[in-house]
Amino acid sequence: MTSETDKAQIEKKIRAVIVEDEDLARQVLKEMLGLHPEVEIAGECANGFEAVKVVPELKPDLLFLDIQMPKLDGFEVLELIGGDDAMAIVFVTAYDQHALRAFDVHAVDYLLKPFSADRLAAALNRAKSRLGRKRLPAPAELAAAARESTQYAERIVVKDGTRVQIIPIAKLDYAEAQDDYVALASQGKKYLKQQTISSLESALNPKDFLRIHRSYVVNLERVSKLEPYGKESHVAILHDGTRLPVSRAGYGRLRALLEKM
Amino acid sequence: MHPIIGQLRRLILYLAAWIPLGAILLYLMAFPGGLPWQRALAMVAPLCLLYAFFCLSAWYPCRVTPLKTSGFLRLVSTHLTAAVLMSLLWTVSAKAIAAALSGLRPFHGLGQQIVADYPLLLVSGVLLYLLAVALHYVLLAAEASREAERREMEARVLARDSELRALKAQVNPHFLFNSLHSISALTSIDAVRARTMCIQLADFLRATLGLGEKTSITLGEELALVHSFLSVEKVRFANRLNLEESIQPETLGYLVPPLLLQPLLENAVAHGVSNLTEGGWIRLAISNCSPAGQPSRLTIVVENNLDPDVPARRGSGTGLRNVRQRLEMRYGDNATFAARREGDRFRVAMELPAESMAPHS
Repeated sequence: MTSETDKAQIEKKIRAVIVEDEDLARQVLKEMLGLHPEVEIAGECANGFEAVKVVPELKPDLLFLDIQMPKLDGFEVLELIGGDDAMAIVFVTAYDQHALRAFDVHAVDYLLKPFSADRLAAALNRAKSRLGRKRLPAPAELAAAARESTQYAERIVVKDGTRVQIIPIAKLDYAEAQDDYVALASQGKKYLKQQTISSLESALNPKDFLRIHRSYVVNLERVSKLEPYGKESHVAILHDGTRLPVSRAGYGRLRALLEKM
Repeated sequence: MHPIIGQLRRLILYLAAWIPLGAILLYLMAFPGGLPWQRALAMVAPLCLLYAFFCLSAWYPCRVTPLKTSGFLRLVSTHLTAAVLMSLLWTVSAKAIAAALSGLRPFHGLGQQIVADYPLLLVSGVLLYLLAVALHYVLLAAEASREAERREMEARVLARDSELRALKAQVNPHFLFNSLHSISALTSIDAVRARTMCIQLADFLRATLGLGEKTSITLGEELALVHSFLSVEKVRFANRLNLEESIQPETLGYLVPPLLLQPLLENAVAHGVSNLTEGGWIRLAISNCSPAGQPSRLTIVVENNLDPDVPARRGSGTGLRNVRQRLEMRYGDNATFAARREGDRFRVAMELPAESMAPHS
């Protein structure tokens, strides 16, 4: 690194946002960041909802993201704000074996509570060197990797305009792929989320949800009947009357599942 | 150790079983054999007693040729050889006894008369020995199953002990590291509070460590543990954590399994308070009721509020399962445990026998 770029970095402060629900934990992080004059604290959030609102407005360079928080956890926050490549993220956690393994695999920075000023400085240096060219894994993938392999998602978080919608898995009727998004149908409403249908499918318990078509995953409890449609394909009719296409492969999977029951 | 010789009661039973066998032999010698019955009795009595002990030797070949693992041919050859040898030895003994008795006046000429019974003795000797082989196999099997049962019991007791120890030793790493982080924060903000928190955390850890060996502590001790736990959490969550207690003072002396309440309060903090931005409350109520004529019982209720908008995030319930299992192990059907969510609150209710400290006498 040349002295010119050094100067440029000093002139342009790194704007950081702290997302942490515990007051003392926020204070110690602020105190330690105080030793780094190049870092300016642009905002603080005490819970996930605030973070989802504040972070896209402030567009910080650096985000300290606690994992265990009320309302939304760190992974859900990341899913909702979207992995912005211009933003470096440092996860903060006390203890979370599965998450740590995922962080190591995906080369994500993290701080373990309690952390030293040196450890924070190291994380800052890494973040600085990665600023602007850091590619995070897709947020949903990271969240899935941090989950225990035997655990499936119990809820899905979606941004509905400015509001955050939390859909319990049991209330998800079906999901439909729409380009880079999935449309999640729940209780007569649809919510769009930036995620591939395959990554959504892998987060759902295969006992309850089935990929019946390239573009559709359905909650098996909602299916009322199957009808033939055209020569080769079928259509699934849900309890609320919704008709979903069933591909040949999907029909095979559905049959196999019904036979097992 | 021989299963029959080793126990007097079994030996007597075994010898008694020889009486009907002897009677059959007596009948065979006296009537189809034509020996006068007094003479036959004089032969049969010592012969049966002698052969009863001969047959006990079947134990050794039985033990070295287990039924399950030995081949059929080996079984037959081993026991048949032994049977023929024993039977021959028995017949030779009969000859010797008859010869000895012949010297006495009432048994004159027995030595010649017994020669006619040699075939009978040889055949019955083989059959009786084989019967003894069967008996020994039965005894071996019984012993093996008793041994297996004992081992299984031991294993179960061991498993339960180690499970209990593991359940007790669970100090939540989240709690520990978050507390240390709070202390780290306080060192520069408020050194005195940092020190107080260190001491509170140490108190809690020391109390849980000390529980390893105990099977019961008083409710008062358990509450002290709960308070040191909550005082640490109170530093982390400040006024987000509110505890309301209503505890009947006379219940404090009752005995409960250690860490009965602490996991429930930890649960209430982890799933209630820590998920509520505006803070939450935890209610702890302990009372005892003594229905007329029945032993008195403890009723414990732990209640907390939850974020109604947020469905359960992670599969929790280790703490609850832990407490439920320990109640079951200790009291069986004599304790009840119910945990459920009612709208925006979570409620755990337990009822258990109110055990008092055994009076020192």
